[in-house]
Amino acid sequence: MKHLVSVEQLERADIERICDRAASFAEVADREIKKVPALRGRTVLNLFYEASTRTRSSFELAAKRLSADVVNFSASGSSVEKGESLKDTILTLGAHKPDAIVIRTPWAGAAELVSGWTPAAVVNAGDGKHEHPTQALLDVHTLRQRLGGLDGLNIWIVGDVLHSRVARSNIMAFQKMGARVTLAGPPTLIPRGIEALGCEIRYTLDDLGQADVVYALRMQHERMTESWVPSLREYAAWYQINGRRLGAKQVLMHPGPVNRGVELSAEVVDSPQAVITAQVAAGVVVRMAVLYEVLAHVPTEARTPEGVPA
Amino acid sequence: MDHEKVVLDEDDMRRTLVRIAHEIVERNDEPDRLAIVGIHRRGAILARRIHALLIDLLEREVPIGDLDISFYRDDVGRRAEQPTIHASHVDFELDGRTIVLVDDVLFTGRTVRSAIEALFSYGRPAKVQLAVLADRGHRELPIRPDYVGKNLPTSRSERVNVHVEELDQVDEVRITELSEVTA
Repeated sequence: MKHLVSVEQLERADIERICDRAASFAEVADREIKKVPALRGRTVLNLFYEASTRTRSSFELAAKRLSADVVNFSASGSSVEKGESLKDTILTLGAHKPDAIVIRTPWAGAAELVSGWTPAAVVNAGDGKHEHPTQALLDVHTLRQRLGGLDGLNIWIVGDVLHSRVARSNIMAFQKMGARVTLAGPPTLIPRGIEALGCEIRYTLDDLGQADVVYALRMQHERMTESWVPSLREYAAWYQINGRRLGAKQVLMHPGPVNRGVELSAEVVDSPQAVITAQVAAGVVVRMAVLYEVLAHVPTEARTPEGVPA
Repeated sequence: MDHEKVVLDEDDMRRTLVRIAHEIVERNDEPDRLAIVGIHRRGAILARRIHALLIDLLEREVPIGDLDISFYRDDVGRRAEQPTIHASHVDFELDGRTIVLVDDVLFTGRTVRSAIEALFSYGRPAKVQLAVLADRGHRELPIRPDYVGKNLPTSRSERVNVHVEELDQVDEVRITELSEVTA
């Protein structure tokens, strides 16, 4: 696999291979020397046009644990503020000859575009409301670790699906792994036509008890330019996952950061059903597996290109 | 026409491993410091067998581990196929121990180089010894085994396949002419 821009491009076997490899990387994190030389001499460029804590730090840690060199680039405080276009930024940074570019942007489709402008492997770390494939992979990995597999699982994704790139990637990844997916939330936050992806739609949490896994999404204030719900208090009253709604055997997931008291009550965040911390831990090993996957396949001659990228 | 030749059968393999276990005991006068580490996959299986023999001979527990060396190889990005990766298990203190690395076939020496590097990321053994079931030559690195089951002078166009009961339902070592394999 040269690039990872979308879950759509992945077959079930690809997801399983990446998760299996992630499981073997977990052992590296338990060692005194948390490093293997697999990507020694390779350069990974983290190009983040949006604020991020866990994704960026986990990609950096993943690259470092594989002994790659890491360059971090933030749009704020850079030439981007002087008006440089994404393409020019990629061509400029391409002169540093990175082997992989991990990119997060607020623009849907940007990762795929970038993959056409550079000979480096491109990993999508979130492009607008489009996709966040490594989040989906780490969520699959977390569920495989916790429940053994996803075949036949009933997974409910609850909340702000409209603004969520995580939801889009996860719907596809969960289904490819054999789970049934139900989307639940206020009608204003469920995009029209999304059932074409093969999931069921619910506008109440009345049947939440059917779910084996409840995947709560963050209410994304920063992406809400209109009034999508009357108030966060009203949203919480109708859709918050709390002790009353979450069954004792249901697994609770959340991509973070959590708005405590909005989409999740504090009690469920801290409950044993919540695997939120396991998801964060999975982030590093899954991103190690993804970097290994894309970099282990780049032919030597393509790693040190001359001239303007294709 | 069959170009495959069995060079070690089940009995030969058992006897060979018993001899290697005896040699390990003879050469190491501090059995308390001994540990066995197999290289995935077949090396790890042979290591388990040698380990069982050593416990019988020494009448004491000997630590055992296994290593997957995929992340320590120097040819990442050069191979057409990505490797299947197994977790490594080295759950004992390496420092000050004599580690016997076990692999099925010794060829260029690159796998052993990777294994030594992998081993050192777990600790600093006092000594590392190498036991192989078959040494087929063609070394590309200055690596020499301490315990050899069988020396098999081969040409580059031949392949040495070690089959083990646990994975292949049979214990034997075969030499195959490579043109037959790729045909």
